[in-house]
Amino acid sequence: MEARPYTRQVATLPPGVPPGTGANAHPHPHSPVVPRHPRLDPLADRYAARTHGMKTSEIRALFSVVSRPEVVSLAGGMPAVTALPLDAVGSMIGELVTGMGAQTLQYGSGQGDPRLRERICDVMALEGITDASPSEVVVTVGSQQGLDLVTRVFCDPGDVVLAEGPSYVGALGVFQASQARVRHVPMDDDGLIPEALEQALLECRAQGDRVKFLYTVPNYHNPAGVTLSEERRVAIMDIADRYDLLIVEDNPYGLLGFDREPMRALRARNAQRVVYLGSFSKTFSPGLRVGWVLAPLAVREKLVLATEAQVLCPPSLTQYAVARYLDTQPWREQIKIFTELYRERRDACLESLEAMMPAGTTWTHPDGGFYVWLKLPHGLDSKLMQPRAVNAHVAYVPGIGFYADGGGREYMRLSYCYPEPDQIREGVRRLARVIEAELDLHSTFDSVDTGTFRAVSAPIPWHEAENIVGPANGNRFEDGRA
Amino acid sequence: MTEPAAPPAADAVRAADPLRVVVLAGGLTFEREVSLSSGTQVAEELTRAGVDAELRDADAELLPGLAAAPADAVFIALHGATGEDGSLRAVLDLAGVPYVGSPAAACRLAWDKPAAKSVVRSAGGTTPDWVALPHSTFRELGAGAVLDLIVARLGLPLMVKPASGGSALGVQKVSRVEDLPAAMVSCFAYGDTVMVERFVEGTELAISVVDLGEGPQALPAVELAPASGVFDYTARYTPGLTEYHTPARIPDDVAQRAAEVAVTVHRELGLADLSRTDAIVDADGQVHFLEVNVSPGLTETSMFPMAVEAAGHDLGELIAALLTRRAQAAR
Repeated sequence: MEARPYTRQVATLPPGVPPGTGANAHPHPHSPVVPRHPRLDPLADRYAARTHGMKTSEIRALFSVVSRPEVVSLAGGMPAVTALPLDAVGSMIGELVTGMGAQTLQYGSGQGDPRLRERICDVMALEGITDASPSEVVVTVGSQQGLDLVTRVFCDPGDVVLAEGPSYVGALGVFQASQARVRHVPMDDDGLIPEALEQALLECRAQGDRVKFLYTVPNYHNPAGVTLSEERRVAIMDIADRYDLLIVEDNPYGLLGFDREPMRALRARNAQRVVYLGSFSKTFSPGLRVGWVLAPLAVREKLVLATEAQVLCPPSLTQYAVARYLDTQPWREQIKIFTELYRERRDACLESLEAMMPAGTTWTHPDGGFYVWLKLPHGLDSKLMQPRAVNAHVAYVPGIGFYADGGGREYMRLSYCYPEPDQIREGVRRLARVIEAELDLHSTFDSVDTGTFRAVSAPIPWHEAENIVGPANGNRFEDGRA
Repeated sequence: MTEPAAPPAADAVRAADPLRVVVLAGGLTFEREVSLSSGTQVAEELTRAGVDAELRDADAELLPGLAAAPADAVFIALHGATGEDGSLRAVLDLAGVPYVGSPAAACRLAWDKPAAKSVVRSAGGTTPDWVALPHSTFRELGAGAVLDLIVARLGLPLMVKPASGGSALGVQKVSRVEDLPAAMVSCFAYGDTVMVERFVEGTELAISVVDLGEGPQALPAVELAPASGVFDYTARYTPGLTEYHTPARIPDDVAQRAAEVAVTVHRELGLADLSRTDAIVDADGQVHFLEVNVSPGLTETSMFPMAVEAAGHDLGELIAALLTRRAQAAR
């Protein structure tokens, strides 16, 4: 082998570096180098235990292509905000600053603007919550902050939270950050299964686990797309009474039904056993980050103290914007515009799934909300299949993200809320091809019985490499640049 | 830029009119996020070094953009397919746009890991035994029979890797024969050819090579010690999960051999300007070539910048020098 030997004076390099590559050139290019910490992070040993699950994942990396227009994303759950009357909303928000800047640009109450809390009670009345008082409402930075507050207030490390399997990925992140343990309770087309809930409670009781609450998304579930039936609502409230169970009802999608009036909330059935989380992210705008918690007064007290420690008060300007929007804009008609748009996209999604998916694939049939939950043919793994989907320029969320226990590998979440119907059809077409290719691969490897392999002892020595597949050796220096 | 009369004048021109470069990052591959991170880092370092650097994605806007506002030279911080397999470079050649890095044909060779190993072995280098096969071979000849042969020949453990691609995506170590079929399935999701390689136990090294016109020179090798034992994607990009030692904790003669291997790889494959060779040093001090990257990662946790730093250089100045050379050569 011929090579220029490595020497320690690699400092011969900068002769090539032109003198003064610019006016702002590094003043001391050869200043002594402070050695890096071997793990690149000198604080690596100091982080709190609750951060240990925070790792970079391949899923995240693969997601970065989603922003490119060539990729059809059935992954994100972004509301179709451009369907809003943007001019009207724009001038409304402008007036809030020019006319009311003294209030809208100032700190506000930790519990949230009183006028907005009144309007929130009007919104909740649409789902049968008619006994809520504004004093029981805490405005939060999206319902995500509401869930974080509730979890902080109730959960010590090691406490158990019951949650549907699958569950909203953002909720699982909150529970993990609080070091609560999540126990999943199965669901079917009618939502959470009451018998399974009772079973889980009995098992937790037998194991001495402290169950702090049940976290549930009863309407147009994220990611499952299903809705808890009326009979099951009754059954679950009954179980809550018998087992002294607190329920955290997360309801961002309740007003987004396609074919029916909103269902009566769990909170409407029991004011003491249910902490209710609401949001304007899907009915108005997620960018404003306005949500709320409705909780019994004693709980509300702690939530306000907790929110003051976190953010002092929710942003004034966006609270005023929501209150003004509810006061002056036809917001119920706007929700109808949204649901018509989502219904059309749901139809495009379900029709193309029906037409194109290979046998053995099944999926839920949502009648509201944003999501279809798809089950792959036996043996397929949506996370392992993801690189193939990225290559095919279609994105989905692997099911494993919606389970705290490693389950969900055979599932994926498809969102129809954001892409246009034609894009949805194209995305489903690509996805069908991806699944077919994956099935083909499995048919090659699934039947392999490694038990029949010859004994592996010493590998056979192998000196010559004549076994190259692919474009080797040809035209190595064809363009002779270098 | 104005045609300089003589080198000193070139410097004078540059002081008034800084080098204008485009840093390409992003792309439509699994490694998009890593590439964006590399590109951002390079653009910041170049700006600090006084270069007018613009960050751009490799998309439909790129060629019209370069035509409308020509850059003195382009730096390719794209990882994966287009940026590394030579195709984007071939297009830049067509457009007459100078860029830093290896020419298209050399990139194609380096991108194809089995092909690169073959070249290195032909040149007398050491690389773990391997076989690379497409899915169709397993389907047609029977996956069981083919895998049986592979295990009998190469033994266990095995490394299963996509035949092309970087950032350790899709790379798995298989220690038990019963795990091999599933490893093949997940690896084939990354591409149609899988390379199975004999596992070599030892110290993992990344050896960066730079050529500023006086021939390729190796920078101090970076040694990687992942806490989990496997340098997978998570270990690579989560600070704290892997220990990096620069220079590597190896005897001087081994370091010298590793440097020779990296320089030889750079020459034999016809690479230019910069590369990073990944290798393993076994218990006997033998250096085994694994793969070479024509577009090494330049993120905060990447090995090329660590090597540059350990050699006492400034990343921004070094890349500026490479860009300047290409810009001047094109005039």
